[in-house]
Amino acid sequence: MSTQLTRPPAGARAAEDGNGRSERRLPTWVPWAVFGAAAAIAFGIEALTDFTVVLAVIYTIVLGVVANYALSRSVEGRRRATDRLVTSVVTCAFAIAMVPLVSLVWEVVSRGARRLDGEFFNSSLVGIIGEGGGAYHAIMGTLIITLLTTLISVPIGLMTAIYLVEYARGRLKRSITFFVDVMTGIPSIVAGLFAYALFALFFGPGVRLGIMGAVALSVLMIPVVVRSAEEVLKLVPNELREASYALGVPKWRTIVKVVIPTAIAGLGTGVTLAIARVVGETAPLLVTVGITNATNVDPFDGRMATLPVYAYYQLTQPGVPPENAIDRAWTAALLLIALVMGLNVVARLISRFFAPKTGR
Amino acid sequence: MTATRTQSEPGTSRPPRRLGDRVFAGTARGAGIAILVILAGVAAFLVAEAIPALTAPAEEVPGGRGLVGYIAPLIFGTLLAAIIALIVATPLAVAIALFITHYAPRRLAQGLGYVVDLLAAIPSIVYGFWGITWLAPRLVPFYRWLEDNLGFIPLFAGPTSATGRTMMTAGLVLAIMILPIVSAISREVFLQVPTLHTEAALALGATRWEMIRMAVIPYGKSGVIGGSMLGLGRALGETLAVTLVLSVSGGITFNLISSGNPATIAANIALQFPESTGIAVNTLIASGLALFVITLAVNMLARWIVNRRADFSGAN
Repeated sequence: MSTQLTRPPAGARAAEDGNGRSERRLPTWVPWAVFGAAAAIAFGIEALTDFTVVLAVIYTIVLGVVANYALSRSVEGRRRATDRLVTSVVTCAFAIAMVPLVSLVWEVVSRGARRLDGEFFNSSLVGIIGEGGGAYHAIMGTLIITLLTTLISVPIGLMTAIYLVEYARGRLKRSITFFVDVMTGIPSIVAGLFAYALFALFFGPGVRLGIMGAVALSVLMIPVVVRSAEEVLKLVPNELREASYALGVPKWRTIVKVVIPTAIAGLGTGVTLAIARVVGETAPLLVTVGITNATNVDPFDGRMATLPVYAYYQLTQPGVPPENAIDRAWTAALLLIALVMGLNVVARLISRFFAPKTGR
Repeated sequence: MTATRTQSEPGTSRPPRRLGDRVFAGTARGAGIAILVILAGVAAFLVAEAIPALTAPAEEVPGGRGLVGYIAPLIFGTLLAAIIALIVATPLAVAIALFITHYAPRRLAQGLGYVVDLLAAIPSIVYGFWGITWLAPRLVPFYRWLEDNLGFIPLFAGPTSATGRTMMTAGLVLAIMILPIVSAISREVFLQVPTLHTEAALALGATRWEMIRMAVIPYGKSGVIGGSMLGLGRALGETLAVTLVLSVSGGITFNLISSGNPATIAANIALQFPESTGIAVNTLIASGLALFVITLAVNMLARWIVNRRADFSGAN
């Protein structure tokens, strides 16, 4: 490795290195200027032929990167030129990854805003053909099923995390940790099939219930809760536990009164992020809860509508004048994104405002 | 843990333990065991519901070619889409991780990390919406170009799909969806590279790229591999994005840009399940079981690679 490092200056750059240690470097503004020139040329060419922005941008990037490399190679030598090339490539890769994010958010917001009105929030699809209608039933369904999921997952997940951090050791601990990892990787549709298979054994084939959706989503949510809660509980300093034991407090009261309050901000953040993870899940609800046009708020009685499944069916089976249903689908998608992003923001706020005040 | 060290066996009941303690410890232990039960339940109930399809005569299974004939093209489609996603996403994710850890201005780095993580927060179905309306039509000219210039390669033989809803598009959407997880894990291992290694490389006169190639990449390699395996597991099980984007016609083909594509297991379940009854449901559950086994294997391998790395880094 050291030969790779030292060889190029000794060989290729020997001539310039004769007068001391000063190497010839390009000023910092040069690469930007090169990119500017490349942009001018690319957009010029595109303006002369049939103009497409995408092609012009691609030309700019390719031209700019190549020109920078050539210029740097002739002035600064091979090693600096390679370094600049990699810098350009890495920066471009990041920019490429941002394209989907920006275009997706733009697309969803601009299309979804068309039907973002009062009617969308307070009417269902009963008797709606064509214009109007809303997603009241789907919003209620999503809220109820998410609430049920949280009620199932948080106690199990939290207690498991407590067990792993405070009590467990040996084989059982290792196997639980391992299988929680495995559970994180269960495909969402398989979780849906599991819930279906479970309930089909008791209620017969073709069963669709809101609670089935909650069970399916719990399979996805529990491992997320365990993981995040475990991380947070591990951060609680042992001195606090020891101080509590020294005062004669039993272990379970130490956990409830000392460990959990200390970690409450992190636990809140973890649970919120876990909810954000499952609230947009479509596949398990598609196979367990189905869809309906009417409002059903009883998760133990028949099909329910949920926001993601509602969006799916409105887009794929829009009915005769398709535009209205497709608009509703996009508004539902916008609502979903807003919900998930909102939960993410709430999670960050929780961790900021409820963090224990520790002297740093 | 000093205090608990005195109780060498938390399970055995020692006389002075209080009732509350026993109840609480029992509940916590029960919750942990419940997770094992749930996972066993997932496997058991899927097998129970899949058995009718396994034992059914070949002509009763949808498609009439038996269970293997039904699932084989689906497994092929699942693997093909996931592998395209992996090939596209891994280099991009490594580049993003490098950009955030080594190239971006320090003050921006954390914010940029959040922005990439936002990609993970977007629900699968919204990716499907975006793929079908924004990405697919924009890729059609590109596919035409591929067909005209690289048509001799069987992958791009065409004829080009007019809607752009092809295997390639599905793979690209999946690639974007797994970017955050792969880049998050790569970022984590790149940040763990000992500062001494990087500073030593720079002190010897290495340029930034040489430093990355000699100090960062060798250190982070197994982390990147493990991360991309986790991404692969995610891509294998992705449902709604593929369901919406891919225009399905069945059959095994390597042609990535035509309108005839094999379905993936997950997408096929989402498409068929709501309208299926009887033995068709059992067949779909059997295919779900196959998906479960494949993702389980991939994920366990990934965890093993990532954890093995953790052991090594402790020794360094």
